[in-house]
Amino acid sequence: MVPIAYYLVLAAVLFCIGIGSFLIKRNIITIFMSIELMLNAVNLTFVAFAHQWKLVHGQIFVFFVMVVAAAEAAVGLAIIIAIFRARHTLNVDQINLMKN
Amino acid sequence: MSPQYLWFIPLLPFLGFLVNGTVGRRLPRAAVAGVALLFTGLSAVLVAWLWVTMKAANAPLSMSIASRPWITVPGFHVDFAFAVDHLTLIMLGVITGVGFLIHLYSVGYMAHEEGYWRFFAYLNLFMFFMLVLVLAESFLLLFVGWEGVGLASYLLIGFYFTKDSASNAGKKAFVVNRIGDFGFLLAMFLTIAHFGTLSFSRVFAQITAQPELHGGFLTAIALLLVLGAAGKSAQIPLYVWLPDAMEGPTPVSALIHAATMVTAGIYMVARSHVLFDRSPLALSVVAVIGATTAIFAACIGLVQNDIKRVLAYSTVSQLGYMFMGCGVAAYSAAVFHLMTHAFFKALLFLAAGSVIHSLSGEQDMRVMGGLRKRIPVTFWTMTVAVFAIAGFWPFAGFFSKDEILYQTFASNNPLAKVLWAVGVITAGLTSFYMFRLWFKTFFGAERFDEALLGQAAHAGAHPAGHDENQHPHSHGVHESPWVMLAPLVVLALLSIIGGWVGNPEALGGHNEIQHFLDPVFASTAHAEGALNADHVSHGLERGLAAVSLLVAALGLGFAYLFYYRKPGTLGAKSANSGLYRLVANKFYVDELYYFVIVKPLESGSNFLLENVVEQGVVNGSARALAFITRGGSNLTQRMQSGNIRSYAGWLAAGAAVVLFIMAVTSLHLR
Repeated sequence: MVPIAYYLVLAAVLFCIGIGSFLIKRNIITIFMSIELMLNAVNLTFVAFAHQWKLVHGQIFVFFVMVVAAAEAAVGLAIIIAIFRARHTLNVDQINLMKN
Repeated sequence: MSPQYLWFIPLLPFLGFLVNGTVGRRLPRAAVAGVALLFTGLSAVLVAWLWVTMKAANAPLSMSIASRPWITVPGFHVDFAFAVDHLTLIMLGVITGVGFLIHLYSVGYMAHEEGYWRFFAYLNLFMFFMLVLVLAESFLLLFVGWEGVGLASYLLIGFYFTKDSASNAGKKAFVVNRIGDFGFLLAMFLTIAHFGTLSFSRVFAQITAQPELHGGFLTAIALLLVLGAAGKSAQIPLYVWLPDAMEGPTPVSALIHAATMVTAGIYMVARSHVLFDRSPLALSVVAVIGATTAIFAACIGLVQNDIKRVLAYSTVSQLGYMFMGCGVAAYSAAVFHLMTHAFFKALLFLAAGSVIHSLSGEQDMRVMGGLRKRIPVTFWTMTVAVFAIAGFWPFAGFFSKDEILYQTFASNNPLAKVLWAVGVITAGLTSFYMFRLWFKTFFGAERFDEALLGQAAHAGAHPAGHDENQHPHSHGVHESPWVMLAPLVVLALLSIIGGWVGNPEALGGHNEIQHFLDPVFASTAHAEGALNADHVSHGLERGLAAVSLLVAALGLGFAYLFYYRKPGTLGAKSANSGLYRLVANKFYVDELYYFVIVKPLESGSNFLLENVVEQGVVNGSARALAFITRGGSNLTQRMQSGNIRSYAGWLAAGAAVVLFIMAVTSLHLR
């Protein structure tokens, strides 16, 4: 049996990669992907703990997270396409109409 | 009469106040006057009924009702209670009776005024508080009435609030009274500290039960009460507000500043006589204050030219008499004078109001004269009042003033003879200045210009009283309408016969009023300042009466000489002398107070309060707060860059910090 710490460390690493790329990357698609990465890192911990404690709650939460992530992907991608049509760019630093 | 009806005596005028104060603005004038008169009249009827039933019962006249407890804390308890005894009954009669007459008079006098409803609402409010004051069964409830009449007085003095002098006079009255109230409050605290109650009956019962109590804290309480009384009753050193209070409409001067409110101080001293009887020092202070005020105010009254100011100083002087009476423990004489004074001084003010009314707002006696034929009813009623206050037999003032002088002369007070002499001199001065007013107003040449009457007042040259704008249709000198004359006639009758209830035995009477009040002041018989039995004799009393009659006649004679036979002789010679200027400027007391008290307070406020407290503390703290906020937001607004990724960075950093703290604390817990 794989110890839970492995899963947790893996999830933490994935989450940190997600945060890092979210902060560094300028391309909206990449940022979007990093959000998914963070969500999935959380999912991994949920599943790991569910397995550890033999409880089903964690798995149910994972389903919720996946549903929300799917909905978010649908809406988010639609927004990205709309933005690209309007601005011809995917660089977040240039999408700053709300600033000032 | 069931005691429960007592509540209605003050509550009816209050109802009138509520009606006129809330919807009066929209009511026609007749309805406003009707409401005010109805509720005051009902109250007077109740008092009359009370009087009749109590007389019929022939019981030891006292009645009290306690409602539920008012204030109850450990060690201290006050009921919201009213009580009636002989003293209260007389006060009730004076307040509701004279009050009703003055309400009636005001209907005519104020007929052309703005704010008719406001005037009657205030007047009813005053009646309410004054009735509470005399009905109260405890110092605390008395204080409620005491403050209430002060409020009503303030509102009515400043009735013409658009005029600077009127609103200033109102403020002055309020502030000066506050000094007296301070003394009253301290007296109440001392009473609570020593007796644990403020109820009259309980405090006085405790004092009576402890014959060994003398002076000491009783003197302290009594002296503080005297301070309160001096404020309300316009005695030295707090008399300065009353002459200025003449800025109010004349009926107000008659009701509040002559007949009722200013006598509250005398009532309070008489009410607490048990306390005063135990403190010869306090009694002497009262007597000396009274005598000094009497002669001091009479001197100032000699040279005033404003008809209402003469009467104002005369009021101060007469109140001084009453104080003097209280001071020699002749409480019933003082209350007697209070009653007759209410009659003739209200009459004097109302008649003066009628004169002012007839001259369309003119108050300066120098431009009056010769009015005898023009306004005969006013003239004759005024004549009665002048003879009454001057102390001529058989008018009311003779009996009451003489009673006070006699009791003063015969009292055990070491200063008795001096006080008496001052009183007699004051009587002469009173007679002189009242007849001066009489001659100047009603006799001699007509010094006013009928065509200019309305305009002279319009120019605003005369500071006090009757409002300038109230007679748009000035039609020369005119007698007042009957609603104003009827109260004058009634009061004139009272001023003639009112004194006979106190006709002393020496003059063949029975002195009913003194016997009537005996149950209230019974304990006084043994007081130290009181009448010395060795000195009492009918011969002495007759002799003293003759002396004061002679003095009054002298005053009349001199006034006749200087203001009727050879008018102007006195004025021309003395007008430039230093003494005259000193008196004409009221001994510079106002100026003295200004420089000794007002000015230092003002500069102190300007320096300390304005520069240190206002600028430093109040503004400073606000500025500091603003500075901190601005600096903080200058720093933090950089965070709001609009850059999503920097927000995300802050979010991540925050989460990291939270995580770190959680990790550390959970380690600790382990």
